[in-house]
Amino acid sequence: MSRISAPPPQDLFDVAVIGAGVVGCAVARRFALAGAKVVLIEKGADILSGASKANSAILHTGFDAPPGSLELDLVRAGRAEYLQIREDLGLPLLTTGALVCAWTAEQADKLEAIAEKGRANGVDGLKLLTGAAARATMPGLSESLISAVEVAEEYVVDPWSAPLAYLTQAVALGARFVRDAELLKGTFDGDWTLETKAGPLRARAVVNAAGLFGDVVDERLGFAPEFQIRPRKGQFVVLDKAAFAHVPRIVLPVPTEITKGIVVCPTAFGNVLVGPTAEEQEDRVRATVETETLQALLKRGAEIVPALAGMPVTATYAGLRPATEDKAYRVFVRAEKRAITLGGIRSTGLSAALGLAQHAVGLHAAFGLPLTPPESVPRVRLPNLAEPCERDWQRPDHGEIVCHCEMVTKREIEAALDSAVPPGDFGGLRRRTRAGMGRCQGFYCNAHLAELAKGKVAVTPCAAEKDEDS
Amino acid sequence: MSGDFSADVIIVGGGPSGVGAALELRRRGVARVIVLDREPDLGGATRHCSHSPFGMREFGRVYFGGAYGRRLTREAADLGVDVRTGHSVVSLGMDGVLTVANARGVETLSARRVMIATGARETPRSARLVPGDRPLGVMTTGTLQSYVAFYDQMPFRRPLIVGTELVSFSAVLTCLGRRVWPAAMIEAEPYARSRELYTWLPTAAGIPVLKGAELVDIRGSRRVEAASIRRNGRVSPIVCDGVLLTGRFTPEAALCRQSPLGVDPGSAGPAVDQDGRTANPVYFAAGNVLRGLDTGGWCFREGRAIGAAVAEDLARDGDAGAAVPVAFDDPVKLVVPGLLRRGGLAAPALRDFQLRVTRRVRGRLSLELDGKTVWSRDGAWMPERRILVPIPPDAARAEQVRFRLAEDA
Ligand SMILES: Cc1cc2nc3c(=O)[nH]c(=O)nc-3n(C[C@H](O)[C@H](O)[C@H](O)COP(=O)(O)OP(=O)(O)OC[C@H]3O[C@@H](n4cnc5c(N)ncnc54)[C@H](O)[C@@H]3O)c2cc1C
Ligand SMILES: Cc1cc2nc3c(=O)[nH]c(=O)nc-3n(C[C@H](O)[C@H](O)[C@H](O)COP(=O)(O)OP(=O)(O)OC[C@H]3O[C@@H](n4cnc5c(N)ncnc54)[C@H](O)[C@@H]3O)c2cc1C
Repeated sequence: MSRISAPPPQDLFDVAVIGAGVVGCAVARRFALAGAKVVLIEKGADILSGASKANSAILHTGFDAPPGSLELDLVRAGRAEYLQIREDLGLPLLTTGALVCAWTAEQADKLEAIAEKGRANGVDGLKLLTGAAARATMPGLSESLISAVEVAEEYVVDPWSAPLAYLTQAVALGARFVRDAELLKGTFDGDWTLETKAGPLRARAVVNAAGLFGDVVDERLGFAPEFQIRPRKGQFVVLDKAAFAHVPRIVLPVPTEITKGIVVCPTAFGNVLVGPTAEEQEDRVRATVETETLQALLKRGAEIVPALAGMPVTATYAGLRPATEDKAYRVFVRAEKRAITLGGIRSTGLSAALGLAQHAVGLHAAFGLPLTPPESVPRVRLPNLAEPCERDWQRPDHGEIVCHCEMVTKREIEAALDSAVPPGDFGGLRRRTRAGMGRCQGFYCNAHLAELAKGKVAVTPCAAEKDEDS
Repeated sequence: MSGDFSADVIIVGGGPSGVGAALELRRRGVARVIVLDREPDLGGATRHCSHSPFGMREFGRVYFGGAYGRRLTREAADLGVDVRTGHSVVSLGMDGVLTVANARGVETLSARRVMIATGARETPRSARLVPGDRPLGVMTTGTLQSYVAFYDQMPFRRPLIVGTELVSFSAVLTCLGRRVWPAAMIEAEPYARSRELYTWLPTAAGIPVLKGAELVDIRGSRRVEAASIRRNGRVSPIVCDGVLLTGRFTPEAALCRQSPLGVDPGSAGPAVDQDGRTANPVYFAAGNVLRGLDTGGWCFREGRAIGAAVAEDLARDGDAGAAVPVAFDDPVKLVVPGLLRRGGLAAPALRDFQLRVTRRVRGRLSLELDGKTVWSRDGAWMPERRILVPIPPDAARAEQVRFRLAEDA
């Protein structure tokens, strides 16, 4: 636990990263690999307390990104690095490919331009297909499909294990992770002094990766606001594993100006998700689901893949995109204050995180603080949770199966609780192991899981009674 | 021939129905009967219903909580049933070949007949599409009862109880037994889904029972802090620290859904014929996996009856033939058996069709065989009430079997 508690205030870090979303975790890793002494501070009880908790888990190619944009460069760089490191880190990849589907003549008219833009963006494997040809690659698609663009290299990943792996590697390289440590105020006097809820910290440079609070954190660091976060909610339904056989590929709609639109997509865990919506809201924290919206998603899913009609719902969730008044990534460098802001990473952050991290280390070079990479990099490998690969329950001596829907073993749960970056809350334990995330949503295992987590995770369902009794 | 198999019969699930079947199979001299259950003990859902008496019908005395499962364990041991707990069946193969996971890893078992007796569970928050935040403290009765029965924990002090099925009142008892006073009990329908009579229990304890009230919001960041309900068009907040979603049972039939057996769209469990035989004649099913919830005593007897049919099926030659589906429309929710086979056993395991309706309806329920009405009755039909219609002796020879429910205008 020592590496994730607050450091003594006299320590001077090379880099303080603010926010442990997927971007902050990737940035912490890249700086640690570059040889920096890193501290990552997070407001929440666990990593992924913001936008990164809930997304579609697609590893994008950038085929539809604005040409010539920083976003395009970083999506491509991030994706390339993911593909290169993922086997070493034990991260899954579903090489599903995607179909951008035209259901109306108007949409069909746009496909040529979509393919053209994708090629111009340097993406390989783009093909215009007739409806029949597209359906030959995915027979479950509705017969009303007119035509499609195949984007062979859009893939699916595990959105929770990836950032956890980045941070675990950073921690293995000596980085500090401090949770429940909201940044309150930063002052620069040649170095940074950061006041946090977990105590003060000193650092030579800061990286703001605060996602949905990127603008707030910039202000707290004393910078005039350059952008304003305008949260955009996306709701999802997750369908039973029985749906997986019908959805071997990512089904994308023809995008509009505002959003990529409703996607039907397999998950790394063998489910299918339908979503997200795109709903502007003021609130940066509450990500509620609404019955009518969820019903509409179910209906849309069944229109796209008719066999999904009546498929049981496993889970529902909503995420908030850290959008701003501008579509572009809002990256700012204040060299004189040795500060980097990675803001407005709206809807491609999972794909671009490793690219953003490379970019941040590149920008840091201008600060005149040379870093010396470590001689060796410790090996880090996360346990596999993805369905197509071997799982712990298939190996001997796992103790017992605790979660029957997702087949999570006691050994896996204990390993997560004792890991280098242990879960800070019950949700974190679920994301690290998948326990309770299946079709019964804890009917059979929730109490058992809470018992195993007792005393090891701050917030479990049983603490209610403890409060009362003590 | 039986030498190629791990057993004559494997039963998946060691609740009342599965063990009831195993005991009957052994009594009828079937040599090798294995019961597989993924939990550490037999008993199924009865293990956590600490306050409900079980066993009166099957054993002539009552048991509470784990004691009932221990009685099942003793009976099974006395009759030489091979009970394997901590064994989770992960897939069903076509010829009675099962993939089974246990603490040592994965193995394959096979049997001449397999019975699915995996029970039922309540529908969770997600599948009900409940709106709002997603904090800790939103759970089903089964989960709550597991906290209490297995770990002596109470996850909240003032829950809102959603639902008025039988199990909802069981939830009230669990709360009161731990000196926890629910904030209210709400029901979306204008009537209690089980029996109106039961509402005396919360009412006597001072818990408001609000009918025609819908859950429209849950608030809370880490834990539940409040909920909102809509009643008579008005939305009002309810201060609570938990939301208990009760009932709406659904068969635990993922194994069937993911195998060629499939599930019946009405019951969401495997469809069976009058002997408990599924679409694949190697597989049988019994208990709550057939329909959602019935009582423990009912499931035990159903398990015994279908167990007897399996024993007979093993002893005879010849197959049961093609299955005729039993048709029905809304507001009928499900019919068990949902299949009939001409070549079934001389004395079928199930004597009655069991029906459920989706909502309270008044009208004429009728059964047609080949377009001719052979049975009908006028009545008021309640959603959580078991409706029994005797299976006419010649029903299995019909080409078309259909239930109709004509609602009164
Ligand atoms: C519905 C939806 C679908 C998406 N689909 C995809 C997809 O398929 N593929 C893809 O690549 N991307 C996708 N995205 C985008 C991706 O999820 C985001 O771009 C990414 O999560 C942004 O990460 P972040 O680290 O910048 O922000 P966040 O995840 O919000 O991380 C910021 C962190 O900073 C913390 N923080 C905030 N304020 C403070 C403070 N004062 N002190 C300390 N810590 C603080 C927060 O608690 C949070 O943990 C999707 C997003 C949504 C919402
Ligand atoms: C919350 C709750 C309250 C109830 N209250 C009452 C009451 O007050 N009175 C009453 O009479 N009845 C009550 N019941 C109903 C009663 O418990 C059930 O009718 C009875 O237990 C059903 O028996 P069963 O054998 O069909 O299924 P279950 O008892 O559910 O048993 C199914 C068994 O199958 C096992 N299983 C499932 N899948 C697999 C697999 N893949 N591999 C191996 N094993 C598997 C399970 O572990 C379980 O042990 C209640 C039920 C619940 C859930």
